[in-house]
Amino acid sequence: MTTENQAGNPYLRISNVIKYFGDFCALNDVSIDIEEGEFVCFLGPSGCGKTTLLRAIAGLELQTHGRIEQAGRDISNLPPAERDFGIVFQSYALFPNLSIIRNVAYGLENRKLPKAEIETRARELLELVGLTGQDDKYPAQLSGGQQQRVALARALATSPGLLLLDEPLSALDARVRVHLRHEIKQLQHRLGVTTIMVTHDQEEALTMADRIVVMNEGVIEQVGTPMEIYRHPATAFVADFIGKMNFADGRVSNAGKVKLGDVELSCDTGPHGAGQAVQVAVRPEDIVARDVKAGDENAFAANVADLEFLGSSLRVDLTGPALGGQTLTADLSVNLMRELDLEPGHDVTVRIPAERIALYATGEG
Amino acid sequence: MTTNDLTQAAAAAKYGRPARQRMGRDDLVMRGTMGLLGLFLLVAIVLPLYAMLSKSFETFTYRFDTIEFQVSGGEGMPWGKTMNALALGTELDVITPESMVTSNGGRFQATEFFPDFSFRAPTLYRMRNVGEGGGGFMVAGGPVYHADWVEMDGNAFRRAQIRPTESHGIDNYLTYVNTPSLFFSVYNSLFIALTTTFIVIILAFFYAYALTRTCMPFKGVFRIIALIPILAPSLLPAISLVYLFGNQGIMKGLLMGESIYGPIGVVIGSAFWTFPHALMILVTALSISDARLYEAAEALRTPKLRTFLTVTLPGAKYGLISATFVIFTLVITDFGVPKVIGGQFNVLATDIYKQVIGQQNFQMGAVVSVVLLLPAVIAFAVDRIVQRKQVALLSARAVPLVPKPHSRIDKAAAVYCGAIGVVIVGVLGMAFWASLIKFWPYNMSLSLANYDFDVMDGGGWEAYGNSIRMALYTAIFGTAIIFSGAYLVEKGRGFGFGRGLIQLLAILPMAVPGMVLGLAYIFFFNHPDNPLNFIYGSMAILVLVTITHFYTVSHLTAATALKQMDPEFEAVSASLKTPFYRTFAKVTVPVCLPAILDVSIYLFVNAMTTVSAVVFLYATDTTLASVAVLNMDDAGDIAPAAAMAMMIVYTSAGIRLLHALMTKGLHRRSQAWRMR
Ligand SMILES: Nc1ncnc2c1ncn2[C@@H]1O[C@H](COP(=O)(O)OP(=O)(O)OP(=O)(O)O)[C@@H](O)[C@H]1O
Ligand SMILES: [Mg+2]
Repeated sequence: MTTENQAGNPYLRISNVIKYFGDFCALNDVSIDIEEGEFVCFLGPSGCGKTTLLRAIAGLELQTHGRIEQAGRDISNLPPAERDFGIVFQSYALFPNLSIIRNVAYGLENRKLPKAEIETRARELLELVGLTGQDDKYPAQLSGGQQQRVALARALATSPGLLLLDEPLSALDARVRVHLRHEIKQLQHRLGVTTIMVTHDQEEALTMADRIVVMNEGVIEQVGTPMEIYRHPATAFVADFIGKMNFADGRVSNAGKVKLGDVELSCDTGPHGAGQAVQVAVRPEDIVARDVKAGDENAFAANVADLEFLGSSLRVDLTGPALGGQTLTADLSVNLMRELDLEPGHDVTVRIPAERIALYATGEG
Repeated sequence: MTTNDLTQAAAAAKYGRPARQRMGRDDLVMRGTMGLLGLFLLVAIVLPLYAMLSKSFETFTYRFDTIEFQVSGGEGMPWGKTMNALALGTELDVITPESMVTSNGGRFQATEFFPDFSFRAPTLYRMRNVGEGGGGFMVAGGPVYHADWVEMDGNAFRRAQIRPTESHGIDNYLTYVNTPSLFFSVYNSLFIALTTTFIVIILAFFYAYALTRTCMPFKGVFRIIALIPILAPSLLPAISLVYLFGNQGIMKGLLMGESIYGPIGVVIGSAFWTFPHALMILVTALSISDARLYEAAEALRTPKLRTFLTVTLPGAKYGLISATFVIFTLVITDFGVPKVIGGQFNVLATDIYKQVIGQQNFQMGAVVSVVLLLPAVIAFAVDRIVQRKQVALLSARAVPLVPKPHSRIDKAAAVYCGAIGVVIVGVLGMAFWASLIKFWPYNMSLSLANYDFDVMDGGGWEAYGNSIRMALYTAIFGTAIIFSGAYLVEKGRGFGFGRGLIQLLAILPMAVPGMVLGLAYIFFFNHPDNPLNFIYGSMAILVLVTITHFYTVSHLTAATALKQMDPEFEAVSASLKTPFYRTFAKVTVPVCLPAILDVSIYLFVNAMTTVSAVVFLYATDTTLASVAVLNMDDAGDIAPAAAMAMMIVYTSAGIRLLHALMTKGLHRRSQAWRMR
């Protein structure tokens, strides 16, 4: 499955790829390196260029400028048939008039292998994706999840070095989707095939990917592991797009201090100088209410504006003069509600750990 | 320039010219095939039309001013003074400015210039060219190009002819406009087309309404009856009308002294054969209506008539416009009906025929063709625009309307459809009956004598056999070419310009009337310098013209089926390193088989019934059944003509039946994977 790979070079190298559709710039100077065996997700809102990038890698859409290398080979200008990849589309694109086994065997039949060998290999693949005893059915006779598996088996049949998945799960209902996520990830792990999956579902990306490429309006906002992306979003866009994030307007008062309404919070102010207006970003689950005393670092009194019961947790909207009238949402446990007697109109003292505060220049994102 | 434009320019400046994909094997094969297809369409439609257009600007005039005569009293006598033909002719009043314009076959006898000519006299004549290039006159059957005197005795001079020379200009059009007998056909054609369209649209609209919006009984039967005329050549209703209302017609009295030979017959005959075409469009238009609008109207207690006027009619607007233009075009370009029953009533289509077949005036035939092309092109353009809008209407999520029973309306609808059905069946039945009558109206006993085509002029059974062969070839080759072409246009990768061009060329034939196409083929293929000249007069040219004539509808049917396929099959196939043509054969064709069958049947039936496209192109050994109908009718053998027309109907009906059975079988076999 692996082609020879020069030491130190990534399996797939995308350099300065630019794509125009007429005057519209769909990819603006995109560069990424992907290592062999990695599972990478392209994540971003609709229309950000994920599919375009995937199709450029496959050669189905030619980049206007830029270079793509796979396994040390410059594939920038090769037609799709001369590249090495397997692909699964959102629609699966299964051949409706061919049985499941013939669909999977389709790419093998072209290779002048003995019939028996093709059969065996196709059956193995179907087994691999967990579909047995359905060989002679037609795609229309299978459920969406099963069709998905067939498409995956077909894409893997020719043992491609690179597997491309364009929103493979989005056409399925929620429960099947969660199940298949796990299976695809396991399969990928077992086969060790370098995989790129396009999705606009952050949960999917966070649970499946080794690394996530967050895209927005044709540019890459951040590349990192799910944890890095979640914990240290590089831009306000990423912070906003991944998980839930509070944004409040503040101003850097001193190095290491940011003023938010009446309260001054310690945090890493990084490159932002004193007097600079910033967006203060805090995740709801990072607002602490248990065992907080006035006078603790970054502690302040806030007023409960609204409560939303979510089952295992509570979503609490906090406001007050400390926040300069702005609202922060905190995720608190239900037990805490009883302990602290949380109710709309009541006051509560909360704390934000300094390392959990991120600052972004205003006007960004 | 937008800002994006600038950045694109900046990117280009930074990174050089945009990347280009290397062509893979698939791309090469696709482009090669596309090139062949483009070549086909070029030869099949573009070049012939161009040839016709340039023909219409070709003028032939006698250049009398470049010819001189001398006369001598006899052997050894001196030659008289040199006389210029123009001066002489004008003086003698044998030529006028009008008579100098002619066609390529025009000849002017040299003896006309010598009123006292007698071939027995010993007088000697001589002629010479003084114009550049010569060739202005013919002696002993051949043109003379040199500038020396050609000497002739009376006997030879008797055969000396002045010959027109070719030039280019709009003279033919001026002649056309200034010849009342020709130009008047424009009015006639417009009158017939407008009247028929008006009548057919109204009749078909209510018929379609009854089929789609009422719960009348026998809907299936009415639907089939209404489609019968499609199976027959347009000559058939005209022949039936002759039997019904002609000089010896059984219902002649109904016309109250009016003659069926003329506009009345043409309108009725045209209405008959165009009815199903209008009906199909209107049924589609009325089927896509949104039930919610009617529920709203009912909830508001809107009176039925008001609902009809404010909801139904506007909803079918595009269908009505489209049908109007389609019918108008069909009628104005039809040749069969006016030829058989038009009598002295000339229309554009029959004028082309008369100019070409009767007078061998090809230039004028080309002019009339161009005149006929105009309304057809306009109607076609409007129809295309409207169709595009209707597609948008279709894609809107509408709840289909299910008609509710309403005893009075349902009964009225059944009576209405019944009446029209009786007329349709009656017209067909008349031709059927007439074909079985021994000798109308003197011996009304039944016999099959009229089907004994071999004893009659017109082509005999061989013509019928030719028609079957022609229809088969058209269906097989036509479907293969058209479906592959539609596939390349719809599924090809890159090369947008080429695909767009082919798309355009594929739509073009619809705007070209059959007569015009046929005539254009004469000009193009009969040209001695054309390397394809050898197909002229063969079966191949008949097949080619028929495929081309019916290209557009077939192409659109194929394209629609292809559009419904997953757009990623080709990408998947490339990723599996499988050549596109394998996927084409293994997946695309099987999935589109119903549409492929539809296209081939459409081509077959139309090849059987068409007259206009082939009437200029058949040769003695490739006479077709439909042409035989025309020729037998022309020769007065009207009963055998009816019989041959019925043969076409039997065949088309049989093929349709076969098609229905095959489609059914196909569906049964592919049921497993066509579920969804
Ligand atoms: N063939 C095309 N012609 C013109 N514009 C295109 C074409 N394909 C994509 N685009 C535009 O490029 C942008 C990026 O498209 P792309 O399909 O890559 O988005 P995406 O990130 O995959 O979005 P989604 O989540 O909706 O699939 C979009 O604005 C889209 O409208
Ligand atoms: Mg996409």
